[in-house]
Amino acid sequence: MEQALNQKSVNNSPAPEGPDSLHLGIPFKLQDKINVWVLRTLAFAIITMLATLVVLLFKQSGEAVKEFGLWNFISTDNWNPVEDEFGGLSFLYGTAVSSILALAIAAPVSVAIALFLNEMLPAWLGKFLGLFVEMIAAIPSIVFGLWGIYYLAPFVKETLTPLLKSTLGFLPLFQGPSFGIGMLTASLILAIMIVPTITSICREVFKTIPGHQKEAALALGATRFEMIKLAILSPSFSGIMGGVVLGFGRALGETMAVAMVIGNSTSISSSLLAPASTMASVIANEYAEADSDLHVAALCLVGIFLFVITLIINFAARSIVWHFNRKHAR
Amino acid sequence: MKHLLIIAASIFFATQASAITKVNGAGASFPYPIYSKWFSEYKKVKTDVQFNYQAIGSGGGIRQLIKQTVDFGASDAPMKEKDMKKAAWPVLHVPTVMGAVSIAFNLDGVKALKFDGPTLAKVFMGEITKWNDPAIVALNNGAKLPNKDILVVRRSDGSGTTSIFSDYLSTVSPSFEKNIGRGKALKWPGVTVGAKGNDGVTGVIKQTKGAIGYVELAYAIKNDLPTAELKNKNGKYVAPSIKGVSASAAKLKDDVYNGDLRISIVDQEGDDVYPISAFTYILLPQTKETTQLKEVKSFLNWALTKGQAMAGDLHYAPLPIKLSEILLKKIK
Repeated sequence: MEQALNQKSVNNSPAPEGPDSLHLGIPFKLQDKINVWVLRTLAFAIITMLATLVVLLFKQSGEAVKEFGLWNFISTDNWNPVEDEFGGLSFLYGTAVSSILALAIAAPVSVAIALFLNEMLPAWLGKFLGLFVEMIAAIPSIVFGLWGIYYLAPFVKETLTPLLKSTLGFLPLFQGPSFGIGMLTASLILAIMIVPTITSICREVFKTIPGHQKEAALALGATRFEMIKLAILSPSFSGIMGGVVLGFGRALGETMAVAMVIGNSTSISSSLLAPASTMASVIANEYAEADSDLHVAALCLVGIFLFVITLIINFAARSIVWHFNRKHAR
Repeated sequence: MKHLLIIAASIFFATQASAITKVNGAGASFPYPIYSKWFSEYKKVKTDVQFNYQAIGSGGGIRQLIKQTVDFGASDAPMKEKDMKKAAWPVLHVPTVMGAVSIAFNLDGVKALKFDGPTLAKVFMGEITKWNDPAIVALNNGAKLPNKDILVVRRSDGSGTTSIFSDYLSTVSPSFEKNIGRGKALKWPGVTVGAKGNDGVTGVIKQTKGAIGYVELAYAIKNDLPTAELKNKNGKYVAPSIKGVSASAAKLKDDVYNGDLRISIVDQEGDDVYPISAFTYILLPQTKETTQLKEVKSFLNWALTKGQAMAGDLHYAPLPIKLSEILLKKIK
């Protein structure tokens, strides 16, 4: 009825600029409706894709769940494709340790880089050097992997390991021989790969802080360090957390570079120098040639765990941010 | 404007009339270099056929063949009985070329090494951990080997190379067969390092003093890695070479040639046999003749005759002529 009225009024009014006028032969109100529906469909498509992905993964992995049971699967580390026995604990461990270590290295460095570029350098130089940091993100991960094998691994083996052994060698983390390839090298590569993500988000967050807040801190007699601490870092906490979470997400899912330098061993070792493997790397390594159905199902189950862990970490990080914001508001 | 449309339409219909037959295949990445060379050379002989080959891995090739999404498959390891049953028709295994796995190492001042099967198996099981282990020294006539840790480098991705190598070690060492076994992906002892792809293994061996690993023959040759001589069944030490690989299939009996060729040819008898050799197969569905299947067969006819001469340049071993002849009869 309304549409019919619209149609009529459109037909009656010759002026194209009126509120009910036409564009491309479609009345404005209809345009709005079309717009809403197109956007709705697109948004729905994303959710559908995600849901389909999860459903398919569950379907594919059903056989492995039936055979080993969920808890059994994540609590054993026996991964033996020849005997069709699968347990994913070593991959969970490898993913967790390599990502957390990478984050521990990358987060402080990234925040420091962001502060240096924004606060210490003249604006034009900061912008210029910032480009270089962001360019790291554009390097394909296979290139990082090759660089890892040919340059980082020998460096870790010949320079870093002797240094760590002579200073921290008593820790169980640095026991055993180093071949240059292993958990530590993978974490270092990951750290380099997530620095640009965290840095650029931190820079954007720091930019939103009004200049007069910094000036106020300085005017009260704060040193430059105190100004950075009080006026920049404290209010940006949730923003920094956001960047860190994004970096963590990338570290968890990174596949190729890690698969090339981590050594892909399915046994768990407390030493960071020993080879290990991650969830993403085992899927990349074995999926193409997995010929038993149970092997494929076990790899899909590993995929589900990767998905679930990513979700949990995202929720955890969100709740930290919410918690902080609420405390701050009080 | 009208003329243009007519021209466009006539071009469209003209190309449709002389349509190119497209044949799709998928499977092993190991023979990909020779297959792509073959397809491009064959295109010059027969211009109206286009082969698309996707090197997605043997396992993927077998899965796609069973699902009938490709016209032919390709695999390094023969299909298992379980997979054969899943297919809607019998699958003919046609060997196309032969490949070898070489033992590459990186040891200061050592250019040549000798190994026998059981000792090699012990190294890869982590039972021998030092280069100057008496067992290795004895095989090398008391050569001075350094007191260094052995770093075993192996494939981390499932691969035909691993399958051939583990087949050999399982054949010569019962304890390897019992503890680790045969397969494309294995449960290796913890001291080994897994690298991705032949290039990954090559890279780690090159970078690491004291490393030993297995790579396809072509990679060892191209990268100038020192390779170990292996003791064959006749007690002779043989360096990996195309000739030594071809010799592995040369002495097989006629009834083997005529039978199901899903066989292992590691550790064969013969003085100049290199013991870690294997066929790579094209998997041909035996079903009613389609246009695509006919084209695959005529391509195989060409590949098993003229194509064999191109194998050597790419470091694959050609099939023995007698085997090619028998295969030609089988395909028809």
